[in-house]
Amino acid sequence: MSKDQEFLPVAGGGLLDRRLFLKRSLSFSTAVLIAPNVLADTEDTRSAWMQKPGAPFSNYGQPSPYEQATIRWTMGNSMAPGNGVSWTPLHKLEGMITPSGLHFERHHNGVPKIDPKQHKLLIHGLVNQSLVFSMDDLLRYPMQSCYCFIECGGNSNAAWRSEPIQTELGYFHGMASCSEWTGIPLRLLLAEAHVKGRAKWLIAEGADAAMMNISLPLDKAFDDCILAIYQNGERIRPEHGYPLRLIVPGWEGVVNVKWLRRLHLSAMPTMARNETAKYTELLPSGKARQFSFVMEAKSLITQPSYGYKLEQHGLYQISGLAWSGRGKIVKVEVSADGGKSWAEAELQSPVLAKCFTRFRLPWQWQGQKAVLKSRATDETGYVQPERDVLLAERGEHGYFHYNAIVSWEVSAEGGIRHVYA
Amino acid sequence: MSMRNCFWGLMMVGAFSAQAEVLTPHLGKPASKELLSAWSNDIFPDGTGLPAGQGTAAQGKVVYQQYCQNCHGPEGKGGSADELAGAAHGLKDNPPDKTIGTYWPYASTVFDFTRRTMPLDRPGVLSNDQLYAVTAYLLHLNNLLDQDRVLNAETLPTIPMPNRDGFVSNYPDGK
Repeated sequence: MSKDQEFLPVAGGGLLDRRLFLKRSLSFSTAVLIAPNVLADTEDTRSAWMQKPGAPFSNYGQPSPYEQATIRWTMGNSMAPGNGVSWTPLHKLEGMITPSGLHFERHHNGVPKIDPKQHKLLIHGLVNQSLVFSMDDLLRYPMQSCYCFIECGGNSNAAWRSEPIQTELGYFHGMASCSEWTGIPLRLLLAEAHVKGRAKWLIAEGADAAMMNISLPLDKAFDDCILAIYQNGERIRPEHGYPLRLIVPGWEGVVNVKWLRRLHLSAMPTMARNETAKYTELLPSGKARQFSFVMEAKSLITQPSYGYKLEQHGLYQISGLAWSGRGKIVKVEVSADGGKSWAEAELQSPVLAKCFTRFRLPWQWQGQKAVLKSRATDETGYVQPERDVLLAERGEHGYFHYNAIVSWEVSAEGGIRHVYA
Repeated sequence: MSMRNCFWGLMMVGAFSAQAEVLTPHLGKPASKELLSAWSNDIFPDGTGLPAGQGTAAQGKVVYQQYCQNCHGPEGKGGSADELAGAAHGLKDNPPDKTIGTYWPYASTVFDFTRRTMPLDRPGVLSNDQLYAVTAYLLHLNNLLDQDRVLNAETLPTIPMPNRDGFVSNYPDGK
């Protein structure tokens, strides 16, 4: 097979076969953020940092000083700085795990500084025996890991607006992150307390200044919830729930209660503010969806995306993330012609349920105008909807649970902007 | 880990039987009455969990002006924090106004959320009487309570909230 034949596109707009990645090493062009690459005119035998000893050891490693722009953007309420969000810069990251320091945050009244020696977990309500556990107690229980995404129910809410927002991907879709969470399967502790048959809900409460609480159906608690103590191998960071966080795989972020101190077994939900006034989706009918916990399948092309510039014609790698709160991603399709034709992307192993899945596809860009999209399908057969389909179903004022296809328009000059297409 | 909705019921049965087979160290200690009393703060729409105390909207106006108005604006019309009253639009309008009066389905939630979370700069500072009073004031601003009517554990759950039936629950059995 000649090189020309091998590079025949598999869909419009220059998309190439995903298996090309596996066949040979390809020469890629690089989309750059703002500044073009600068290469030296002359080549030294030894670079400056090869001519003297490097820095000594450090107790806790930090990113390169050249990566200082890879940060969370933060947005707090001016009157209450601890009430707000910070976004994961998804457009600058690769792979499927989010570094803990870049995991998104949503706090309702700041990050508490909790002494683990004084922290305790109370399980009470419809149980035969109310129980209190110290952190030392909990550290002796059998643990397991869950590799899963957490996505805020309000992630991507800027996309409900009538005009497409022009900002880097992470700063409007980046209230989603993925970690290895390690801790105790919740059902083990519930078994020790002996849940009564009348119990149908679990009300979880955090030890923060908002004393945030939320109700969860008990079937989910017995299914796959974890009382996490570790995130990405180390004790959970304060802003992610130190010393104890309820992990509810695949469900909206607000139910993954941080700084967990209390689990109340109940016959009814408490109807907390965050399950009535907020985290419910107003529909065009005037009714609102409630307890719509599951984050449905979603995907995003992270590179190239808004803010990148294609500096040269040639071969590019389209890279992105897909996830579903219902299980595994089974397929991600990519379009470079605004959805007229689609090509299947390569899914990076491992593909795990309720976890970020990285997808990639080679793309030949020769200065053609293009509209890049990605579309995820999960193992239940659910297909990520186009934006107009989502809006037809939900209207424009749902605010939460936005999961429509995202479109990037590439100009003849290689500039990229966000479009509704 | 990846069981689907329709299998959750089966999974629960499986989980219950599996629990007996997993050895766990049983380190939990019985919760003391003092701890249960201090921490049991959940309030339900039927009034379960509401504490003793009472207040009126007239009293609550003073509390509101001292602790709430700086962020929520005069008469709950919104500021750096949410609009709570004074809706100019309904839920089907563009844009809709989601206030306590148009959107919140239960009065108990107003009391509960205020008690556990507000005011943000001094959470926990309000007495139960002040909480009943400021809840009464917020209901009054939404035309749901006369300004001199006493709000307490008996009367609060009886407030007819306009959007009580405005939600379509994925877990209807839970209500």
